[in-house]
Amino acid sequence: MEFVSLEGFRLDGRRPMEMRQIRAEIGAVAKADGSAVFEMGNTKVIAAVYGPREVQNRTQQINDQALVRCEYSMANFSTGDRMRKPKGDRRSTEISLVIRQTMEACILTHLMPRSQIDIFVQVLQADGGTRSACINAATLALADAGIPMRDLVTSCSSGYLNSTPLLDLNYVEDSAGGPDVTVGFLPKLDKVTLLQMDSKLPIDIFENVMQLAIEGCKAIANYIREIMLENTKQLEYRRGI
Amino acid sequence: MLHSKTFVKKTRGGKVNKQVREHYLRDDIYCGAPICKLCDSSAARLSPSASTILLLDTNVVLNQIDLLENPAIDDVVMLSVVLDEVKNKNMGVYNRVRALCSNSLRRFFVFANEHHKDTFVKEMAKESKNDRNDRAIRVAAQWYQSHLGGAARVLLITNDKENKRKAIAEGISAETIESYVKSLDRPDLLDLVVQPSSEDVEMEEVEDLRPSKRKVIYTEHKPMSEITSGLHRGIYHQGKLRVNRYNPFEAYVGSESIGDEIIIYGRTNMNRAFDGDVVAVELLPQDQWHEEKSLSIADEEDEEEDVHLVPSSADDAPRTTNLVQGSSGDTNAVSSRPSGRVVGIIKRNWHSYCGSLEPMPMPAGSGGTAHALFVSKDRRIPKIRIHTRQLENLLNKRIIVAVDSWDRLSRYPSGHYVRTIGEIGDRDTESEVVLIENDINSRPFSSQVLACLPPLPWSVSSEDLANPIRQDLRDLRVFSVDPPGCKDIDDALHCTALPSGNFEVGVHIADVTNFVHPGSPLDDEASQRGTSVYLVERRIDMLPKPLTEDICSLRSDVERLAFSVIWELTPEADIISTRYTKSVIKSCAALSYIEAQARMDDSRLMDPLTTDLRNMNVLAKKMRSRRIERGALTLASAEVKFQIDTETHDPLDIGMYQIREANQMVEEFMLAANVSVADKILKHFSLCSLLRRHPSPTREMLEPLLRTAAAVGLNLDVSSSKALAESLDRAVGDDPYFNKLIRILATRCMTQAVYFCSGDLSPPEYHHYGLAAPLYTHFTSPIRRYADVIVHRLLAASLGIYKLPSIFQDRPQLTSIADNLNYRHRNAQMASRASVELHTLIYFKKRPTDTEARVVKIRSNGFIVFVPKYGIEGPVYLTARSEKGGGEWFVDEQQQKIKKMDGSASYSVLQTVRIHMEVVEPQPNRPKLQLTLT
Ligand SMILES: [Zn+2]
Repeated sequence: MEFVSLEGFRLDGRRPMEMRQIRAEIGAVAKADGSAVFEMGNTKVIAAVYGPREVQNRTQQINDQALVRCEYSMANFSTGDRMRKPKGDRRSTEISLVIRQTMEACILTHLMPRSQIDIFVQVLQADGGTRSACINAATLALADAGIPMRDLVTSCSSGYLNSTPLLDLNYVEDSAGGPDVTVGFLPKLDKVTLLQMDSKLPIDIFENVMQLAIEGCKAIANYIREIMLENTKQLEYRRGI
Repeated sequence: MLHSKTFVKKTRGGKVNKQVREHYLRDDIYCGAPICKLCDSSAARLSPSASTILLLDTNVVLNQIDLLENPAIDDVVMLSVVLDEVKNKNMGVYNRVRALCSNSLRRFFVFANEHHKDTFVKEMAKESKNDRNDRAIRVAAQWYQSHLGGAARVLLITNDKENKRKAIAEGISAETIESYVKSLDRPDLLDLVVQPSSEDVEMEEVEDLRPSKRKVIYTEHKPMSEITSGLHRGIYHQGKLRVNRYNPFEAYVGSESIGDEIIIYGRTNMNRAFDGDVVAVELLPQDQWHEEKSLSIADEEDEEEDVHLVPSSADDAPRTTNLVQGSSGDTNAVSSRPSGRVVGIIKRNWHSYCGSLEPMPMPAGSGGTAHALFVSKDRRIPKIRIHTRQLENLLNKRIIVAVDSWDRLSRYPSGHYVRTIGEIGDRDTESEVVLIENDINSRPFSSQVLACLPPLPWSVSSEDLANPIRQDLRDLRVFSVDPPGCKDIDDALHCTALPSGNFEVGVHIADVTNFVHPGSPLDDEASQRGTSVYLVERRIDMLPKPLTEDICSLRSDVERLAFSVIWELTPEADIISTRYTKSVIKSCAALSYIEAQARMDDSRLMDPLTTDLRNMNVLAKKMRSRRIERGALTLASAEVKFQIDTETHDPLDIGMYQIREANQMVEEFMLAANVSVADKILKHFSLCSLLRRHPSPTREMLEPLLRTAAAVGLNLDVSSSKALAESLDRAVGDDPYFNKLIRILATRCMTQAVYFCSGDLSPPEYHHYGLAAPLYTHFTSPIRRYADVIVHRLLAASLGIYKLPSIFQDRPQLTSIADNLNYRHRNAQMASRASVELHTLIYFKKRPTDTEARVVKIRSNGFIVFVPKYGIEGPVYLTARSEKGGGEWFVDEQQQKIKKMDGSASYSVLQTVRIHMEVVEPQPNRPKLQLTLT
């Protein structure tokens, strides 16, 4: 199938190096300590953060750092085929783990010993790149909760179809069965903290594809910073400063 | 950085469950006109001075592609909506349009209207897909008109009445293709315009007044819905129609639903289907099966048969089982095969054909236009009616004609003239025809392909020598043995006597994959060409000349990269060990077969090279005899060789190709290398190896051989290849040529070996019948066969020195590569044969000859003879064509004899006759070779 036309347009009209439209909103769940909604095209994810708070199960308490927990789920209506998905299936367990590890790597856990941080992410609408959207939403929610972090971790995916590296695959491109690279990135430290790929790629092409995903992460980081700045301004305004 | 453009979102509803897709509409798509002030003109394709910019409707692109390919039509904007529609309807046309759009000499610009914010149109309620697309085309035309603001005229070309009417109503200038071409004032272009067959546009119809023409000749094709349900219920069968190359009135449809081939006899039953069309077939009642067959034979004898080259396999030979009528013995055999008739055509395989017009007198006063009948060189294609304004010009030319339509009322399809190749009979023209007919790409290599070549002069670098995967074999006494004058040497050999008494024998093959990298333009081109093509007077290379004749060619006294297979053999030629390695070699001698033979035969020569040759020859003979013991067939072919005048390229002499021991020696080691490599790659890649198999002939295929043999009292055992090989060995008659003749007849009963992907078949099917080998592949000629390039990559990957390119993980793709290779090889062979036939004709034009011939087949009005000296065969008529079946002669089917009624003369199969060969011209400019008894 032709995923990139000879004129250089993808099926949805983007060029290979273009991201979908992204949108973020801080503070969607008032009850949580921090929350955010993150959209990448038609993919829409909500994240809520509770903590740092007392560890609920004392046996899990860690004496020199905070316990980070993550729960990922997909809303039953998220894919449109109205199928009831069992909780805790292998895919969501794996994604929960990926998100937890990625977030744990950037939270300054040693500043909050004997406490617990809970991250809940739910996919409201899925159209490819849910993993990346979840990480971006979680970052914003953590920042909203005021949890100390080394850097903002952002994530973006890229793929390789019709011999062209493509940024930010949507569902149609994702299900083409080509290679799919998801990168988690710390923009200030210039470090990759997450790297996942399905299928195989020759090493030289892989490097290009990964670099593209990193560029995507940087763009998202810029956007997230803007959103946070704006959010802070609004807070200032509300407090009447 | 990236999403700074204005995007508007659009959602699209799906069928059952709602599908939501984003569609980004953009403002950074440019119009492609350099005169435009608003757009970035760096990517503009249209001419700066264009006064008119054409926008084409889908129907124009689909029907008038031949016209569009003419450089007179230029400054065209192709809308992406049109391209998509064309792609869905006809992939062949789509590829041609795409080629036009990427051709830097043409000014075709693709405008992605579906992604542009101003030209995207949303489907309206109750609007059909077609109407929506038509509207999109009009919106784009309107956008161009306002965007360019009168700097150039924007003209919509459409042959759809409704679309044209609406366009004009919306203020867009629109014309039909006919009126546009007329306005160009180029009468020669008008021949290229396809006459509309349907109700779209009324043209001044030139009525054919002969009353017979108005009669319904063919039955109506069933509508698609009926065909689909018929296929579903099992009353129709779907398959690709294959017309018998030697009898255009007989066709086969391979049907999966009944697991057998359905035979279609006669044009009426074929019901306007062409060779290669996908058709729906209905079986005829069983009692009609034989009846139809005899009808077709009656048809067939009307066809002229030409003198042609001796077939080299069953694929080249006529497939009819028995041409002689009147015997009742074979009724059962014939009626066991189902016959049917075509009820509908699912997919047309129409393209353009090479040929010439049927000679006809110039019509008087018809206003410059005339109807003429076009006869294709390919006999499978029916005559085609064309309408031309340049009849006088075309009569003696080879031309290309494309088919447009075929309605029920006309005996022949109608088409239009595409272009002229040259004078009939002119050698260059006819060679060109051979190439076009066989779909052979003889264009020079593109600059992208040439850019993949290493810089010249090339030599082995120190990196190559230091590369740990490459063994330095430069101190070995390597040599090559090839036909005289061979420039693309892809194999070389060495043979070293070891102290243990064993021999180390190496086959060194040009390391083509070191230069041809997977996925490069060079690789794509080679993969498409599939093979080099050898015509009598020229060679069409698969790879560019610097590679074939220099960088890869294992010439003497230069260092070259190679891929080597090295065995240790006992003096009895048993393989003790095999190893494979990339290497650097330096050949010490490039011998011709004659030179190598002369060295071995000259007992005074005792130099090391000659000793190596002799050792190899001894080993080769042992390997050969063992192979024959296993049942390998030694088949005979009648290959001819021309001596060509270097100045005029005319043939000077013609003779049989002589095979020497030296040829057989080299061939033996190449076979061994291929077998060893096949073993190795299959062991590592059991599902994606490219192998070569030769299916065992069925008893039915061997039938003609058995009948001929029986007539001369010879009993052949065909139960296995070994049994056949042995009975062929026993078939020695009184005359020395008898055995070879029988072998030649056996060869033409076999099909050809084919490439396949190992995952597609089960191991017992891998068998190579002719070589009696369970596994075989091609490794030894990567310069001139693409299959060998693939096998080199597989071998390198199985040694772990390179990774396997990704196409090998994709079995369907590998299968389609194998299919393409088979197609290209077949075409290359046909082209070589056609080229030899052409030169035979040129040779005999000035040299009427008497010679000896052998009768190989009896027919009702004469017999077919084989002329051993020139490797051709053709008919000798005993009765004039007009008095067909004339009572003077009768056929004895049992003994394969034709006798005169009064018993004064008789001819039997395999008998020697003296014949006279002469070129005659029964019709002006249509020379043919005629065989008569002296
Ligand atoms: Zn413009």
